[in-house]
Amino acid sequence: MSKLIRLVDGQAVIEQADATRIVPLDAWQPGDGLLLGPDDDVETLHLPFADVALIAIDFPSFRDGRGYSQAYLLRQRLGWRGELRAVGDVLRDQLSHMRQCGFDSFAVRADKSVEDALKGLAGMSVVYGRSAIEPRPLFRRRAGEGSE
Amino acid sequence: MYQYDDYDQALVFERVEQFRDQVQRRVSGELSEEEFLPLRLQNGLYLQKHAYMLRVAIPYGTLSAAQLRCLAAIAREYDRGYGHFTTRQNIQFNWIELEQVPDILARLAEVQMHAIQTSGNCVRNITTEAFAGVAADELLDPRPLAEILRQWSTVNPEFLFLPRKFKIALCAAHEDRAAVQMHDIGLYLYRNDGGELLLRVMVGGGLGRTPILSQTIRDGLAWQHVLSYVEAILRVYNRHGRRDNKYKARIKILVKALGIEAFAAEVEREWQHIKDGPAELTEAEYQRVAAAFVLPGYEPLPAIDLDFGTQLANSKAFGQWTERNVRAHKVPGYAAVVLSTKPGAALPPGDVTAAQMDAVANWAEAFGFGEIRIAHEQNIVLPDVRKRDLYALWQAACEQGLGTANIGLLSDIIACPGGDYCSLANAKSIPVAQAIQAHFDNLDYLHDIGDLSLNISGCMNACGHHHIGNIGILGVDKNGSEWYQITLGGAQGQHAALGKVIGPSFAAEQVPDVVERIVNTFIDYREVQERFVDTVQRIGLEPFKERVYRAQELA
Repeated sequence: MSKLIRLVDGQAVIEQADATRIVPLDAWQPGDGLLLGPDDDVETLHLPFADVALIAIDFPSFRDGRGYSQAYLLRQRLGWRGELRAVGDVLRDQLSHMRQCGFDSFAVRADKSVEDALKGLAGMSVVYGRSAIEPRPLFRRRAGEGSE
Repeated sequence: MYQYDDYDQALVFERVEQFRDQVQRRVSGELSEEEFLPLRLQNGLYLQKHAYMLRVAIPYGTLSAAQLRCLAAIAREYDRGYGHFTTRQNIQFNWIELEQVPDILARLAEVQMHAIQTSGNCVRNITTEAFAGVAADELLDPRPLAEILRQWSTVNPEFLFLPRKFKIALCAAHEDRAAVQMHDIGLYLYRNDGGELLLRVMVGGGLGRTPILSQTIRDGLAWQHVLSYVEAILRVYNRHGRRDNKYKARIKILVKALGIEAFAAEVEREWQHIKDGPAELTEAEYQRVAAAFVLPGYEPLPAIDLDFGTQLANSKAFGQWTERNVRAHKVPGYAAVVLSTKPGAALPPGDVTAAQMDAVANWAEAFGFGEIRIAHEQNIVLPDVRKRDLYALWQAACEQGLGTANIGLLSDIIACPGGDYCSLANAKSIPVAQAIQAHFDNLDYLHDIGDLSLNISGCMNACGHHHIGNIGILGVDKNGSEWYQITLGGAQGQHAALGKVIGPSFAAEQVPDVVERIVNTFIDYREVQERFVDTVQRIGLEPFKERVYRAQELA
């Protein structure tokens, strides 16, 4: 199996992907992982999340940014707390954006080094807006500092 | 001006090192050009015909003297001694080596500047008018919200790979000098009778291949909602905008396909989920940013300066310059001055040399409060000049080739870099602009013609805003040769309009003559002091077409 980057308690680890079946919505059975394409509407899934092993969002091209909004919605609005995996054209220089939108596992493109891609996960220390991992935009954090 | 705090500064420094690493990986071959492309675009770096071009952000067109000196130093040390101001109030350097870009960005970061998101399919530089904070007809200062939007949109992880580029402009004056209706989102700010700051949100404007003026999606939006509402629009666009065809990927096409009501309903549905949440702007944040834009320490001055009156009476040239290049200021005794970057054949429109930049920085300190603005018409504005200093400034500006008294006149041409530099261009822009400027080099005659905007784009991407020029010129490719299509009647501002094509296109050498025939038609039909655009509106295109094409057959 191929290698994955996973965030476990906020720490990145490299591990082998397990054998969970990951299939599109029309083939999904309880216990499977769910594979979403960029056209899939995450708001009308109507799945029992408890039976979903993981959700994988496909990036057919790293330049297709729909997966970021899908991840945001799954995390912030639809209450998905399980594994959210980026698959497809997943590259080092986008990993930090994916992480901030709520992905916690990353199936880096097969021809790229996973160890190398890991360097892209941290990104920059400053994010102005809110994100899946920091729900308060910077201006609320700045204001919080001022009152100390 | 807004000053970076530790967060803002850390972000630009980290971004430089991030890009330094990406450039190294590109040079080593670890990154393919396809993978590198969006990374360099989101750092302002294009590959042009001859070299890399670096587009540096000038947020809402505002620069300090120190920042302008840094741009001059970059022009001198890394380019060929000049830069080009763009219609998005940015500056471009045309002769850049890839390996030097991280060092240039580091120099910029030292003076609180960057090139982040000046290109790519993301939210671009936030723009507003060049007279923000000083215009006599201003309702309120748009810069605090412009800065707040700049921060919100900078490296916002969800919106870095949109279907296409995304442009936001703000205007907060009676006259719209920021062309808000030709933006993906236009925000018009005003206060209601109770003094509350409200926004009219317009969406779906843009030029390019399919020029469309924006439509109002919501009016009376309280300022606290600006970020959540913009976020709702962007999320709907990111999810539903077309990605199969780059020419149909702008938000204007989505708005047109759905219709403004259905699009607005979709945004409303999204917005209901996020409004009143953490994205809502706070009074504390607005005040923190607004504090950076408090009015400088203006001297109490009489509204009328007697020496200035005498100088006006004694010099016709100074009088012409004052009439065209000096704008009313909200503080008595002060004026805003436009320095023309359109001297004619001496330099292409928008091009400014390093020496000129240094001179402007010095004037900004000597005659103002150290601040400079870039107008979307590609000119430079000194926002706070005492009336008694206007004459000295004018003399200095003339010595530096920045004193041409032609703002708003036919020779104040907006032009993109065109086929001389740009790999997207179908045709050259600069030689056509210079030929027209050479043809109309009599300043008295230009003043008689009066307000007339002439905009040139070298391709239908429309960086030269040809659709909204009173006379628009578009470079087109016909079987490998360069031709120019002419439109009439375009306008920016509150009465924004898209120009209409007058007929078949022309060869480059015909263009000055065609413009002359158009102007002559205007002179013949003009009613007393009528503006060109009003005459076109009144009499329609026919008299112009007839003169241009009939004369062409006879010639």
